[in-house]
Amino acid sequence: MTKTKEEKRDAIIAACCIGAFYVLILILEAVVPATHILFSILKKSAVYSLAAVSMNLLNGFTGLFSLGQAGFMLLGAYTYAILNMPTELKLGTSVYKYYECAIHFDMGFLPSLLLAGVIAAVFAALIGIPVLRLKSDYLAIATLGFAEIIRAVFQWEALGPVTNGANILSGFTDLNHIYIPFTKIAIPPTFFVMLLSGICIAIVLLLINSSFGRAFKAIRDDEIAAEAMGINLFKHKEMSFIISSFFAGISGALLAMYQFTVKAATFKTAMTYEILLIVVIGGIGSISGSCIGSFLFIACNEWWLRFLDESSNNIAGLNIFRSGFRKVVFSLIIMVIVLFFRKGLMGDKELTAKNVRQFIAGKKSEKKAKGGEKA
Amino acid sequence: MSETLLTIENLQVRYGGIEAVKGVSFDVHEGEIVTLIGANGAGKSSTLRSIAGLEKPSGGKITFRGDNLTGRDPTSIVKKGITLVPEGRRIFADLTVLENLKVGAYLRNDDISNDIQWVYELFPRLKERSWQLGGTLSGGEQQMLAVGRALMSRPKLMMMDEPSLGLAPLIVKDIFSIIKEINRQGVTILLIEQNANMALKTADTGYVMETGRITMSGTGAELLSNEGVKAAYLGN
Repeated sequence: MTKTKEEKRDAIIAACCIGAFYVLILILEAVVPATHILFSILKKSAVYSLAAVSMNLLNGFTGLFSLGQAGFMLLGAYTYAILNMPTELKLGTSVYKYYECAIHFDMGFLPSLLLAGVIAAVFAALIGIPVLRLKSDYLAIATLGFAEIIRAVFQWEALGPVTNGANILSGFTDLNHIYIPFTKIAIPPTFFVMLLSGICIAIVLLLINSSFGRAFKAIRDDEIAAEAMGINLFKHKEMSFIISSFFAGISGALLAMYQFTVKAATFKTAMTYEILLIVVIGGIGSISGSCIGSFLFIACNEWWLRFLDESSNNIAGLNIFRSGFRKVVFSLIIMVIVLFFRKGLMGDKELTAKNVRQFIAGKKSEKKAKGGEKA
Repeated sequence: MSETLLTIENLQVRYGGIEAVKGVSFDVHEGEIVTLIGANGAGKSSTLRSIAGLEKPSGGKITFRGDNLTGRDPTSIVKKGITLVPEGRRIFADLTVLENLKVGAYLRNDDISNDIQWVYELFPRLKERSWQLGGTLSGGEQQMLAVGRALMSRPKLMMMDEPSLGLAPLIVKDIFSIIKEINRQGVTILLIEQNANMALKTADTGYVMETGRITMSGTGAELLSNEGVKAAYLGN
């Protein structure tokens, strides 16, 4: 199948939009003060985008209902933190207060980041062998259990010399201290985290559009037919599980970089549910949906609805604005979205130049407000 | 007589304590259309599924072009050149028609564009709908897609599990004429059907299955005129 002129043009448009988006981020970082809440929203949503995309690869594209995301992110975050933390810090008493650190080496942030993914993937490979024989709800329960066990194990005292028990790990390279190799030029943190998760998401996108991706979707649509076509079910499910966990591990490491510290107690089931919510709101089976979903989710949750929590906004004895009210409104918004967009904001479509054009052609009356943001 | 392609010897399939297939033996010769007919629960599907590797037989032997395929996994069986068009079509509903065809060729590493053209020639309707999602096709088109998808692996032997299921008589006629056409182009066909009339008219050889055993065999024409078959399956 040769590419038509139109497809080529669309690819160029998409590339330009993505490029423009990154340039915009760079400009914003140069102009707006770094302490502005916009950046922390963008950084966190970049991290969550990657986590949501990796979950979407499993749930949306392979049809495996897994709830182990927080567990794999925890593995990634800890691997990164432990490997990257400078050796003198590990041997000192400021981080490892109650334990003697057993790991006497450190490495740069890139190899640590990569290994964070690898460790998560290795665990996924081991867990996958027994667990992927289960279906739907049973698989969800088993993976959820795995994530909880991992969290408990990492807080276990006997592992203290490695994991620092239930205490915080800190002192590793965070987003504000990333430099271009061999120079002292700092990379703007928001740009860096977006670039990294953008690259990972692009890899997932390439995978989904390859023949492996087609096999994953075939398994999702009909396991029996896929098997009859000669697709080895277990092998492909295991592969999807490993790849998804690899990127979950990387997103965990990025989360560690974003929040400066790592603590096992924060990787709760609630985190998996947040990511699941993002996937569902964005659209199960849509990569761009997951990205848009995570930005909207994080921005609503932590920024746009903030004013609802402030009692100073109350007028004339109406005491509806108080801390926690934000959550009520947020839940309502989610219910409305789910009611009006049954298949999530994007359904299983992607935000591409072609789809945007068709959308505009279909609804000429409301043809504003639809950009080409894709990363 | 042409060469034997597939030999089934004393095949047994068991689900827990229930013996669905109780020692079935038959041959499929190259270039033939062979049909197994029988009522529900006669063991036709189980026979097909165990040839395709989707079910492990509890006994017996399956030989395909001299290789023993008994208990092999579906991947290697498809590689050997056997594909199954599963019962109820089972097309991939959220993939486009073209993607469905590409999944059919999943195990092939060579160029598949000629075969896509071939399938489109057999089923011009699929070409028109190549960007449509499989799930939005009509029943007849889905059956065409299921057959086309199976052909994409370039099988020597194509097995079909009730291709007429749930289709209008006119469409069934179309499907069967295409089955004949595919057969003429060199694909051996093993077909199971409840629509005995249509199946026997099309087939070179027919077998009648009852409660896990083959009770009768003969050419399609012989079985069509057989009084027992007439009474039990043709309804006159």
